Amino acid sequence: MELFNNLALGFGVAFTFQNLIYAFIGCMLGTLIGVLPGIGPVATIAMLLPATYALPPIAALIMLGGIYYGAQYGGSTTAILVNLPGESSSVVTVIDGYQMARKGRAGPALAAAGLGSFFAGCVGTLILAAFAAPLTEVAFKFGPAEYFSLMILGLIGAVVLASGSLIKAVGMIVLGLLLGLVGTDVNSGVARYSFDIPELTDGIGFITIAMGVFGYGEIIANLSKPEDQREVFTGKVTGLFPTKEDFKNMTPAVLRGTAIGCMLGILPGGGALLAAFAAYTIEKKTKLRPGEVPFGQGNIRGVAAPESANNAGAQTSFIPLLTLGIPPNAVMALMVGAMTIHNIQPGPQVMTSNPELFWGLIASMWIGNLMLVILNLPLIGMWIKLLTVPYRWLFPAIVLFCAIGVYSTNNNTFDIWLVGAFGVIGYGFIKLGMEPAPLLLGFILGPMMEENLRRALLLSRGDWTVFVTRGLSASLLAVAAVLLIVVMLPSIKSKREEAFVEE
Amino acid sequence: MHIKSQKDFASGLVYTIIGAAFAYGATSYTIGSAARMGPGYFPLLLGIILALIGSVVLFQSLAVETPDGDHIGGWAWKPLTYIIVGNLLFGILLGGLPSIKLPAMGLIIAIYGTTVVVSMAGDEFKLKEGLILATVLSVISYLAFIMLLKLQFPVWPTFISG
Repeated sequence: MELFNNLALGFGVAFTFQNLIYAFIGCMLGTLIGVLPGIGPVATIAMLLPATYALPPIAALIMLGGIYYGAQYGGSTTAILVNLPGESSSVVTVIDGYQMARKGRAGPALAAAGLGSFFAGCVGTLILAAFAAPLTEVAFKFGPAEYFSLMILGLIGAVVLASGSLIKAVGMIVLGLLLGLVGTDVNSGVARYSFDIPELTDGIGFITIAMGVFGYGEIIANLSKPEDQREVFTGKVTGLFPTKEDFKNMTPAVLRGTAIGCMLGILPGGGALLAAFAAYTIEKKTKLRPGEVPFGQGNIRGVAAPESANNAGAQTSFIPLLTLGIPPNAVMALMVGAMTIHNIQPGPQVMTSNPELFWGLIASMWIGNLMLVILNLPLIGMWIKLLTVPYRWLFPAIVLFCAIGVYSTNNNTFDIWLVGAFGVIGYGFIKLGMEPAPLLLGFILGPMMEENLRRALLLSRGDWTVFVTRGLSASLLAVAAVLLIVVMLPSIKSKREEAFVEE
Repeated sequence: MHIKSQKDFASGLVYTIIGAAFAYGATSYTIGSAARMGPGYFPLLLGIILALIGSVVLFQSLAVETPDGDHIGGWAWKPLTYIIVGNLLFGILLGGLPSIKLPAMGLIIAIYGTTVVVSMAGDEFKLKEGLILATVLSVISYLAFIMLLKLQFPVWPTFISG
């Protein structure tokens, strides 16, 4: 079996002492930052990215993978214990998780989230490994027209799943695409929109945007709200392990959640959020066993299912990135940026030219998941302590680390001025109800889209119909159009708004 | 004319202006044709699209009724100012400002300056607490970034380390 050979190669790479250490450090750091309320995975990864600069590419990616899982897991911990979703995909976890915590069952809730995520992660990794090779074959058949259409589909998918106003989200994408064009045009050598500032001819660093908008912007917004009554369950986490009854209830929920997550995660647009919502909705529709706690009052299935689903989705959302080189969501966009810093151009060629990196990364995903379970469950007491650190100590530290991080990217103070500017812009976005995640996605895709559009039209001698006359490209665009139309249908529209408001 | 959603009105305006600005900027580069795109082609296209999106958002904000008017609300000037100033201060202290002949003060002094200024953004600020926090962060940063990751930072002021 080729799959097993490949996985063996991957584990051979990942199981070196050095790489295990990096996976471990990544998980620890990711959880450490992810647990802090008000910092999502995007800000966490952006903040910790500079820590990987000095590492060799494989080690750096492995560590980043660890940071990603850690950040996600940390987010669920915050959701359950503080009633604050650290990231959008743990929004549904809050509902039942927090109720469980209030009833003194925070331990089982955290364990259900951890074990469910681990199982989902295992399945997701296997699916990723199995699908990667055939999908890469398909990717090699892609011409520039197909790539362009695929990016359109990916961007549309991303906004369809986002909450809030559709047209404003599309606007954010276009704005991101435009910002991505700042700097020297590779074809003509013309420095675009650089205003004769030498630093801008290299383009705007994506870390600068991510930290400014997601880091500073959010902090300013958080500080502008009066400190709400946060109830942190510090002393009450006793009895970590779920009871037999809990296991009986959560097992089918974990299975269902995993299946939903794996399927929706592959979709362009990154289904982790949608997967969590869908999994929770399905659990709610199933019948309660006699004596089971109703949903919304601390049902363990309401934690296990969405957590499994979002982890499975997080895993399978690596598929479009690794096979096609197209990031399906903001976190993956950051991974692309990280790869480029280490001189890896994500895409189908990675698997053939760099198999040990490719399979090593996949293997380390599984290791990362395992580490989270064996490390974080016992260490939960420590993470909970972190939740009690007052915000007035946290935010200066975050600002400082962001500033250090952007400076270390180029060892240039210009980036510090720029991150300040993006902090103001990011706060403006929040005030005006403009979602920043699509912006980051557009920013990463901007240069790629321009290049593929240019090539496609060059090959077709300027004929725009090339996008609809080539079968594969036409079907990708058709899917994008259907997605848009479906979301704009009045009945679905109200449902979608309801789903994002109610839960 | 009555604005029904303040937030959408403002964001529509932002989109339109930025889109138009990018499109206008693109005209100073070679546009070319679809078959031979110049550096201005794609930005011009996107700029126009963004401006159009902006006008749709603008139109909606005037036409679609919202229950509460979607007020933008007050701006949090205090955190905004302190955080951005603290951030800028970090750059100034770390790298110096040659234009006013300010020498580079290095990482440690920059950490103290930034931490104390940024701390003022919060509701309660105590100088002593800020200084303790800055000390802790300096130690952590020195160990993590200089010792462990070996990042290239000026650590001490240039007039001391030379």
